[in-house]
Amino acid sequence: MKANYGYKDGSGEYFITIDTDKCNCCEECVKVCPAGVLEMVANDFDIEADDMPAVTEKERWKIKYTCAPCKPVGKESTPPCIEACKEDAIEHSW
Amino acid sequence: MEKKESEYWRWKEYNWKSPELNWEDFEIITAGVDIGSVSSQAVVMGDGELFAYSNMRTGSDSPESARNAMDWALKDTGMSLDKIRYVVGTGYGRVNVPFANKAITEIACHARGANWMYGPSVRTVLDMGGQDCKAIRCDERGKVTAFLMNDKCAAGTGRGMEVFADLLGVHIQDIGELSFDIDEEPPEVSSTCVVFAKAEASQLLREGWPKNKVIAAYCAAMAHRVFTLIERLGMEKEFAITGGIAKNVGVVKRIERELKIEALKTEKDTQIAGAVGGALFGKTLVEKGKG
Amino acid sequence: MKVAGVDVGAKFVKVILMDDGNVIAKSSKLVGFEQKKSIDDAFQEALGTAGVKEEDIGYITATGSGRTAVHFKTDELTEVTAASKGATMLVPSARTVIDVGAEEGRAMHTDAEGKVLDFVINERCAAGAGSFTEAMARALEIEVEEIGPLSLNATEAVPMNAQCAVFAESEVVTLVHQKTSKENIARAIHDAIASRISSMARRLSIEQDIVLVGGMANNVGFVESLKRELNMDVTIPEDPEYVAALGAARVASARAGGGS
Repeated sequence: MKANYGYKDGSGEYFITIDTDKCNCCEECVKVCPAGVLEMVANDFDIEADDMPAVTEKERWKIKYTCAPCKPVGKESTPPCIEACKEDAIEHSW
Repeated sequence: MEKKESEYWRWKEYNWKSPELNWEDFEIITAGVDIGSVSSQAVVMGDGELFAYSNMRTGSDSPESARNAMDWALKDTGMSLDKIRYVVGTGYGRVNVPFANKAITEIACHARGANWMYGPSVRTVLDMGGQDCKAIRCDERGKVTAFLMNDKCAAGTGRGMEVFADLLGVHIQDIGELSFDIDEEPPEVSSTCVVFAKAEASQLLREGWPKNKVIAAYCAAMAHRVFTLIERLGMEKEFAITGGIAKNVGVVKRIERELKIEALKTEKDTQIAGAVGGALFGKTLVEKGKG
Repeated sequence: MKVAGVDVGAKFVKVILMDDGNVIAKSSKLVGFEQKKSIDDAFQEALGTAGVKEEDIGYITATGSGRTAVHFKTDELTEVTAASKGATMLVPSARTVIDVGAEEGRAMHTDAEGKVLDFVINERCAAGAGSFTEAMARALEIEVEEIGPLSLNATEAVPMNAQCAVFAESEVVTLVHQKTSKENIARAIHDAIASRISSMARRLSIEQDIVLVGGMANNVGFVESLKRELNMDVTIPEDPEYVAALGAARVASARAGGGS
């Protein structure tokens, strides 16, 4: 499942996509995020599955601002959550 | 109840019970309670059939809204809360339903509810709620395969439409019809932010645009915004819309136009999809012995 | 040679007249129902103040979201460049310029000449612009001019959860019902917008000195919140709302003189 958390407003589209089919639930992304944007939650979509990472409810409508320090303008850089994911399960839309 | 002049946003609250079903004939009775930021629904199902429901505005207190919705759904059914085997809470206030056995995210519930309401051919569900808009892809069992929620920007939500109804002094249930009472589709309005759209709409009215033309432009803007969200997720037939805005033909028809596909229709109240999904999950859990 | 900078913002038209690099007149007009008329009125008022005729103005550079509507312009300039050029003219040590107007927030990283190195814009969303405070003042049932000074008397920091101005209005109403003081709500409002503007600015490598321009720079409550959020000092030039018009006039001077 591709879970997209975030929003679109007049200034652009800001989504963090987590592909739960690729994710191996290692929790590394949750650990490395300097702003505590991610957390492990019960997988309501598949009762048998392990906990999965998700964007916290508190941050869902602010990621454009919360993630800003990890996305410097004018420099090539990969945010730590994407860097930490060995399965390439995380993407940012912006 | 006498409407105050200033309450153009106020939509109709009501409850319903099945005229032919009797609760004493059911084996498993379950319920779903969907506490949204704007509206709340309680749905009671017996053996997977719709028995009773209510649909009302959410108050300032989630537990109280949950109790009120449930009481109103059970009103005149002759049945009491203790007869319900399993209650699933969903929606924004799902952890604040005092009598719920479990909380399940609304995305899973909406997909499951849409699968029941529109049939197993549904693959893409658009839920246009009060404070957010969700695009969901699901399989033939109503299991989610992808989702996208647009959180907390009023453009493209019921709340955005309420603001607009107030601004123009038009009752919210009339907006859809009025948006087609025009000579031709107006040019696009530029704003995607409700605050700027309000300013823009006032300006257009001053420039002499008829009210209906402004309404049409705004419905089109809302439809386009939602269209871009579905585009991001990917569209697969069949397509259905749930939530309050699904009752607004002005937005729905324009979404259909942009997507070049007709949305499935239902006789049921589009706002109860989430609570229906919750009640169905409850039934599954009871059958699996997890209840 | 006499030149003009005209900044057509979402709410105000600002005009600066310059003669040999010195400002000889400035005027500002609320954008009324007719944008074109507001532009003409502001320009005529500036000409009157300086006692010069329209044909004496050799070069006119327009900037701002409504710059295309300036029918008498010689050429145009983006808001980003205009604000940088204006800010570095007034504060030569400025390296980061934050410009918050009614409908847009911007941050620029600039060199000493006002040349933009990097910039970031928050557009078409009221959450990161002056409109946000205006909407919140309405929800608090106070004048927009009162909201800044009011927040300086806050006794505690109350968190604000909503991002979108529409939902934040409902949140303000709820806070009022909960008997939260208007001072504390006002501070929460400014903290919220300052947090958004500062995180936007942090996408640039923030180099001091930081200069704040645009209409929001006149709001003392916002300035206090922004300093707290950035944890750095922020310089505010005189008449911060005129800075983009000044930058446009500076560029007009250079272009008229055959410069860049």
